Amino acid sequence: MKILVPIKRVVDYNVRVRVKSDGSGVETDGVKMSINPFDEIALEEALRMKEAGQADEVIVVSIGSKDCQQQLRTGLAMGADRAIHVVAVEAQQPLAVARVLMRLIEREQPGIVFLGKQAIDGDNSQTGQMLAALWDRPQATFASKVELADGTATVTREVDAGLETLEVDLPAVLSCDLRLNEPRFVKLPDIMKAKRKPLDEIELDSLGIDPGPALEVTTFEAPPKRSGGRILGSAQELVDELKNKGLL
Amino acid sequence: MSRVLIIAQHESGTLNPATAKTLSGARRLGIDSIDMVVFADGADEVAAQAARLEGVSRVLAVADAGFAQPVAARLAPEIAALAGDYSHILGPSTTFGRDLMPRVAALLGVNQISDVQEVLDSHSFKRPIYAGNAIVTVKAPADSIVVATIRGASFSATAEGNDSAEVESRSAQAADPGHTRYIGLQSGGGEGPDLQTADRVVSGGRALGSAEKFELIFNFAKKLGAAVGASRAAVDAGYVPNELQVGQTGKIIAPELYFAIGISGAIQHLTGIKDAGTIVAINKDAEAPIFEIADYGLVGDLFQLIPELEQLL
Repeated sequence: MKILVPIKRVVDYNVRVRVKSDGSGVETDGVKMSINPFDEIALEEALRMKEAGQADEVIVVSIGSKDCQQQLRTGLAMGADRAIHVVAVEAQQPLAVARVLMRLIEREQPGIVFLGKQAIDGDNSQTGQMLAALWDRPQATFASKVELADGTATVTREVDAGLETLEVDLPAVLSCDLRLNEPRFVKLPDIMKAKRKPLDEIELDSLGIDPGPALEVTTFEAPPKRSGGRILGSAQELVDELKNKGLL
Repeated sequence: MSRVLIIAQHESGTLNPATAKTLSGARRLGIDSIDMVVFADGADEVAAQAARLEGVSRVLAVADAGFAQPVAARLAPEIAALAGDYSHILGPSTTFGRDLMPRVAALLGVNQISDVQEVLDSHSFKRPIYAGNAIVTVKAPADSIVVATIRGASFSATAEGNDSAEVESRSAQAADPGHTRYIGLQSGGGEGPDLQTADRVVSGGRALGSAEKFELIFNFAKKLGAAVGASRAAVDAGYVPNELQVGQTGKIIAPELYFAIGISGAIQHLTGIKDAGTIVAINKDAEAPIFEIADYGLVGDLFQLIPELEQLL
């Protein structure tokens, strides 16, 4: 069984993102970029499945500029067998991404497409669910535990009410939450080895995708700041303040 | 033809409050005709609740044994089958809506507008990106259907009105694909108010140190009549179950009064609380980022300060 792991190049988790002063976007110049942390967890899980003998091949795929190849190489260094780079000049919206991934599914016939539940840049949380719809296959989103057996996956999902369990037939789309695993660190020899692993480039245009009607982002603004508060001297002072405000 | 369809979320025969918040978002669109659809195994009770909400024009009750649990792969084709009559399809930005609505959007061939925090007009919305570090204004194309999820923390719930809307029974359109089986739900949350809708919330962080010591938070919350939340660190450490997590990947909440106790205030946590009315932070580290957004701070040992506060209440 093949596992396809879409990974997105995003501003690193630890960077404090700032909106550009002209409202045209967020500052990305000179900012550290990484694999979307949720996707990294999905990749880790796919690799563990392969190491457990439950999968034969793990393929990482990314859609975007040439720079995405850095993240694909990181994925290969983590242990993915090969990479596919769909070269696209502009950032793609979730429906277009899902349609591209659908083309790759037709080529690769994976048993699982495993991705992060959302990317930490757009926070859309759409691609996996959309792909499952286009593929007309099950989806198990926000996974915190996945067990494979005999053509099915039993997935524990983090939902608002607690932990929900679904059993889905494969092939299926799985998206992971933070607590599924802790991704491995990449070691230097693996980075060297990754340079020799296959990385195929496909031009987005060659796939003939209809991106669908695009949403237009007209402005970016910084969120309203909460005014800085006061440090109080004692528990009594706090209780008095809250009582004055009618909160207690 | 401008008409809105809201997908009702409900559990155990009760409409989830996120549904009435979604309705509040829908009522800002400037569109008079707002329908709500209830998918359930026996939809009558929930449909009646939906019909009482102010501003609902009509409720579609679709009953089927297959809707006993909300499985996105089962519900999405049903919603897509209804979509022809509507210009907008909205759902709550809960795990229910976030799981379901993109699947609907893909079937309809459009991108979804996720986590709407403000409705500017029928096709323009504000939503947060980068864990709320930026807010974008998004315009949907005028000639295609709008599919969106509404962020509950940004809207108050619509109350019941004087009249009840008409309830129309419909039958399921799509067959069960049979490939997705609901096994069960494990819920670890105890008694007390619901975290997502409570007026007061007390959250604890890693500084509590253990599940046993986290009892301090539960007791303090009980005294205040507050719901209990937690930081990701506290959940990861196993002090409390995942459904108590507040933040970017947990629950986004907007209580009137929020206590962050022993929580340093990672940006992902702050994302979850920035719509709160008044934030109180208690932390022994005066430099903790939580103090940058808190209205009131107490610097000190929480194991001393919380019992003191309890005494004073």
